[in-house]
Amino acid sequence: MSGAEGNGFGRRRFLAVGGGLAALAVTGCGSNTGRASSGSSSGGKPTLSQWYHQYGEPGTQQAVQRYAKEYPDATVTVQWSPGDYDKKTASALLTDGGPDVFEYGNGPSIDMIKGGQVVDLTDLLGDAKSDFTPSLIARMSYQGKLYGIPQVTDMQLLVYRKSVLSAAGVQPPQTVDELLAAAKKLTTAKMKGLFVGNDGGVGILGGPALWSAGLDYLKDDNTFGFDDPAAVESLRKLRELFTSKSLLLGAPTDWSDPSAFTQGLTAMQFTGLWTFPQIQKALGDDFGVLPWPKLNASTGAPSVPVGAYASSVSAKSKNVDAAKKFVKWLWVDQTDKQLDWAQSYGFHIPARKSLIEKADKLKSGPAADAARFVNENGHAQTPLLWTPKSGTAYSDALNRIIKNGSDPATEIKAVKAVVEAELKRIAG
Amino acid sequence: MSVSAPARGPITTRLRGRYDRNLWFAVFVGPFVLGLLVFVYIPIVWSVVLSFFDAHNTVTPSKFVGLSNYLDMIRDASFRSSLATFVLFALFIVPTTFVVSLGLALLINRARFARTFFRSVYFLPTACSYVVASLVWKLSIFSGVRFGLMNTVLGWFGIEPIAWLSVTQPPWYWLVIVTARMWLQAGFYMILFLAGLQRISPSLYEAAAIDGAGGWKVLRFITLPQLRATSTAVLLLLLINAFQAFDEFYNLLSSSGQYPPYARPPLVYLYYAALGQGQDFGHGSAGAVILTLLIALVALGQNRVLGLGRRED
Repeated sequence: MSGAEGNGFGRRRFLAVGGGLAALAVTGCGSNTGRASSGSSSGGKPTLSQWYHQYGEPGTQQAVQRYAKEYPDATVTVQWSPGDYDKKTASALLTDGGPDVFEYGNGPSIDMIKGGQVVDLTDLLGDAKSDFTPSLIARMSYQGKLYGIPQVTDMQLLVYRKSVLSAAGVQPPQTVDELLAAAKKLTTAKMKGLFVGNDGGVGILGGPALWSAGLDYLKDDNTFGFDDPAAVESLRKLRELFTSKSLLLGAPTDWSDPSAFTQGLTAMQFTGLWTFPQIQKALGDDFGVLPWPKLNASTGAPSVPVGAYASSVSAKSKNVDAAKKFVKWLWVDQTDKQLDWAQSYGFHIPARKSLIEKADKLKSGPAADAARFVNENGHAQTPLLWTPKSGTAYSDALNRIIKNGSDPATEIKAVKAVVEAELKRIAG
Repeated sequence: MSVSAPARGPITTRLRGRYDRNLWFAVFVGPFVLGLLVFVYIPIVWSVVLSFFDAHNTVTPSKFVGLSNYLDMIRDASFRSSLATFVLFALFIVPTTFVVSLGLALLINRARFARTFFRSVYFLPTACSYVVASLVWKLSIFSGVRFGLMNTVLGWFGIEPIAWLSVTQPPWYWLVIVTARMWLQAGFYMILFLAGLQRISPSLYEAAAIDGAGGWKVLRFITLPQLRATSTAVLLLLLINAFQAFDEFYNLLSSSGQYPPYARPPLVYLYYAALGQGQDFGHGSAGAVILTLLIALVALGQNRVLGLGRRED
């Protein structure tokens, strides 16, 4: 799709959107699907294909291949997918050439579940259920059934340079107003105060802005959650931040990469837990962590977004039972592999409480703080019923509020209309 | 061959044709027709079919919804605004690229030395991937930090760094998109114009010179009329390209799984709606059909005015 056929004729690009996908489905993609030969057995063992997105950390691919090889009851082939994994997987699930077992960010989407593309995994957890982070299990369940098993917890949080803050006489901010003041004070000719992504926070602050005002995407009864003056106030603060000239914009790397922070382009950055090894290497102990602060002294609470890649089983698999057994073996039974996966390569928090206690890297310093935030301030990135269409409506609104200065109250009303139509579609 | 011909049944013989011409025709053309059918025509038809169904997460839908996908797309303010933006974008980019590439072609055609060199220099960007060019534009030339190329230049004049792709007031992102597109495309159309220019008979210019015509007059009364076929083709290609804009937009402006609501080409909007986690093929296909119709309409209208394929007089 994002190739370089700039000078083609109409039908070529038209195809790329509408029909290209159908073609993909018709021909079953034709490419290597990760299975040796679909459904066949080698030496009496079933054959399974397992898909992962490309993890950035060295050693991860070898690790998952090793796990797959050690599984005694099936021949598991791992497909490691660089590029746009979500879209690739979603399309492959429509075909017979898709994976048997695959991971998906925050579990399968509501439309995958409603479309019957993934199978119910509720019975795999058994006694271990209470050991998994409850917010993650809740996020991956629909109508009491579990569709994904969390592999590892990821989170986003605010990191700051201790030395820079103390040199400027700034205390770690506890409210959004303090954060704005701190960012302003920390901004110099060479360093900006805060970095929340090159889009000014549109991509990652949508959730924290609501939680910090004591609200959420949806209410507990699955109705629209932020038609509220506090949300208006909170979104207005993001606009204020954008126009304050203390925000780093147009950096060579985005929020998910620590380079802007480690290279001294910014004093504070909202980023992911996975950047810790690089930050520690560059700055040693000279950094601290905070959750996104609450709106003001009287409203809201600090928050951090929490997400997880989860392992799911495709309903089109020819060996659903064998696939379920493999998922249970790897992501429920083999706790040493789960700990290895969370700790040995990148920097993640295990998805199970008993393993968090065993994780040496989480026992002290900023990492221990981060693990504490997950339990005390963690929110699932977006609710299961928050569909991509709702997501687009909200990020469009955030763009207009933050970048153009549109009135948040009007924009929230527009989002509400889209979200309510989507909720109705799902319920119907 | 004719020796063994009588042994065959008359029908097979007739089917294979004289000297097996039909057979060879099938052998050479068949695979391509098959490929075209499987990868182009069936998907197009399929996409049209999908546009009449509720097709969330499936390409074999069962719930027929009639025209409601089309109505939804037409009522969708975001889709309408993406279409409107792109009509404006086309109105700007088509004439600009046309003039620039024609200008380059005229200059190079008259160059007295290093003609091949200049021709290659201007054509080379065409060989560059849109994705790579977008990254160069985004990360190096129009990077928002003070050491980005443009900001360094501005810095010499004491102007503060501009976050080119992040701000919307003023909409600097258009500057980034348009320059990237011009750099990538102008060379290709320049080559088309050059080919057209070289087909013009020198005797026309000689006659004009004898009549005392020069400069603008030659351009206006000889070069441009003679280039009409090329110009029409170039305009059509430019127009289709403008509506199909995707690569550089997507790579310059998308971030963290979202694309801003401004400068959003229809294809990018449909991409987010139909692919990704959206997987809403019904609405996506309906949008694609609307877009195709729009392109066809505009192209037909343009043909009426300019006349592609009309015999040159």
